[in-house]
Amino acid sequence: MDAYLFIDFGSTFTKLTLVDIEREEIIATEKAYTTVETDVTIGYENALKKLKEKTNGEYNIIKKLACSSAAGGLKIIAIGLVPELTAEAAKRAALGAGAKVIKTYSFKLNNSELEEIKNSNADMILLAGGTDGGNSDTIIHNAEMINKFNLSIPIVVAGNKSSNDEIIGIFGGNIEYHITENVMPNLNHINVNPARETIRNIFMKEIVHAKGMENVENSISGILMPTPASVLKAAEALSMGSRDEEGIGDLAVLDIGGATTDVHSIADGEPTNPGVFLRGLEEPHSKRTVEGDLGMRYSAISVFEAAGTRTMKKYLKYDDLDIEKEVHKRSTNPSFVATDEKEIDFDEAMAKVCADISMKRHAGFLETVYSPLGNIHTQEGKDLMKLPYLLGTGGVIVNSKNPKDILSAATFTMEDPTSLKPREPKFLLDKEYILSAMGLLTMVDINMAVRMLKKYIVEI
Amino acid sequence: MEKKKVVLGVIGSDAHAVGNKILDYSLTNAGYEVVNIGVLSPQEDFINAAIETNADAIFVSSLYGHGEIDCKGLREKCNEAGLNDILLYVGGNIVVGKQDWDDVKKRFLDMGFDRVYPPGTAAEVGIKDLTEDLSKRG
Ligand code: B12
Repeated sequence: MDAYLFIDFGSTFTKLTLVDIEREEIIATEKAYTTVETDVTIGYENALKKLKEKTNGEYNIIKKLACSSAAGGLKIIAIGLVPELTAEAAKRAALGAGAKVIKTYSFKLNNSELEEIKNSNADMILLAGGTDGGNSDTIIHNAEMINKFNLSIPIVVAGNKSSNDEIIGIFGGNIEYHITENVMPNLNHINVNPARETIRNIFMKEIVHAKGMENVENSISGILMPTPASVLKAAEALSMGSRDEEGIGDLAVLDIGGATTDVHSIADGEPTNPGVFLRGLEEPHSKRTVEGDLGMRYSAISVFEAAGTRTMKKYLKYDDLDIEKEVHKRSTNPSFVATDEKEIDFDEAMAKVCADISMKRHAGFLETVYSPLGNIHTQEGKDLMKLPYLLGTGGVIVNSKNPKDILSAATFTMEDPTSLKPREPKFLLDKEYILSAMGLLTMVDINMAVRMLKKYIVEI
Repeated sequence: MEKKKVVLGVIGSDAHAVGNKILDYSLTNAGYEVVNIGVLSPQEDFINAAIETNADAIFVSSLYGHGEIDCKGLREKCNEAGLNDILLYVGGNIVVGKQDWDDVKKRFLDMGFDRVYPPGTAAEVGIKDLTEDLSKRG
């Protein structure tokens, strides 16, 4: 029988998902440690061998597609003009492409900033600035600086279209560049998808080679995108459907990992209260935020720092644990697996903190303006109050006995009355842990991806 | 020829939206590209919008009587942001109640506004001045 194999090269585990094409079913999943220091092929083959044993080699794999966050994932530097406008739009586009944004720069860059960029470990630069027909001095200056410093990484140019010709002239054959649509063509509109796709393409064609993954490329059909981009694609497919298959509507995904917590929302987030004025930059319909200080292992200490003892205690069932000792244990030993009841309770309390804070940062908020007539409310960011679905993924949620409790921590409470977190969403679970695989499937057969997502993502 | 660009908005905690819509419509019809940042706009939003779009002028409206406080320092911030010769116009009901207009006008001119309009000024008046001021600059 014919099957697709989807591979997710994670920082810790290489996960395999085998899909029966005709029956549209998950045949088996398997994982092994990622072996990026030596050769990722080793870990991949280990997992594949186990998978084949499980299925007695009954399946004929006709396509092997991968996503990857191994070797540090995709690291991008975003450059714009005004911090709240094009620099922010560039940052959002890079996040939507599944990247880690290591730093955002704005205005005309100086020598020491270029020095810093040159010495960074960025894989790519997203260069924006100016609306179409708007400011062009700054992006042109910044292109000249990039040229002067001979940056050797790809530059995605997504700024004022009127400056493109000049930038092409500046870069010439010296700098690798890719021109795409402006991330902010006019002031009230942001346009992140073309930049997102351009970034993904460069990642697929170039970045993965640079990360010592070229060997494994010979045994598979391609590494298509960074893992978070794949999760976002799956979320979009489930939410919006395809031409032939209906989606389930607006939703958010909470993905708690070892180092970071990602939140993706597929929703416009228009105000649900009448008379609220929108402020700030337009929100992309598909929005990803990533919290580098919230994660179950590598970031355990910063979770505690972000939460404080009181919030941790709020979520802990057993209060006789030494919180500081527990977080240190996890951060110094990232492969630590919680086994007894107390340890599991501690992990889940940490997960609840991640859920709570990451959703608070992702969702919009209300602000009150005191005017002579009385109070006027303004909204910044997305209003997710009436969001119908919240979908959980990531090891700690998928493996939990009480995934609903963790997801509940991401919902609205009166402790944060101005936050626009989801109020009463239905909770969904990525039970088989297949979101990233399904994101890859959207690239082959989107209709099938929508159908499988609707089958395998369950309500809890 | 490229269209001239005007950033338009109602400053401060002011939510009067009707005049803003009319100005947007009239300016657009007169051939300007309007960057409308809407009501409840702090000074920073006017400035940021003007920087990104490389605007030629900023039209500030204030209706609710607090125009003077809300507009203070706008010219200085524009200078700080490198918008050295951007045209600054203000109109609406820019001060509380009925005050001596010449006096009001002088106070706003001193603040660095290029043009100051009394209550009920038609959009066309401002547009005519804008066309004139811009053509002087060539
Ligand atoms: C409708 C209205 C409201 C509505 C607004 C609805 C909305 N979302 O727009 C509501 C009920 C919410 C409201 C609230 C308030 N209002 Co009121 N409101 C009015 C009213 C009746 C009409 C405003 C209007 O829409 N005019 C029509 C438009 C087309 O005219 P315009 O805004 O003046 O704009 C034109 C020109 O002025 C000019 N223009 C404007 N800006 C600029 C800028 C430039 C550069 C140029 C060239 C031209 C220009 O072009 C426009 C096109 O013709 C006026 C009274 C009046 N008749 O003007 C009071 C008035 C503006 N409000 C007033 C006040 C005090 C308030 C409140 C503070 C309290 C109150 N008493 O209700 C609150 C403030 C709320 C807030 N935070 O903003 C006062 C202001 C007093 C002052 N400045 O000394 C007024 C003058 C009434 C009065 N006589 O007391 N208001």
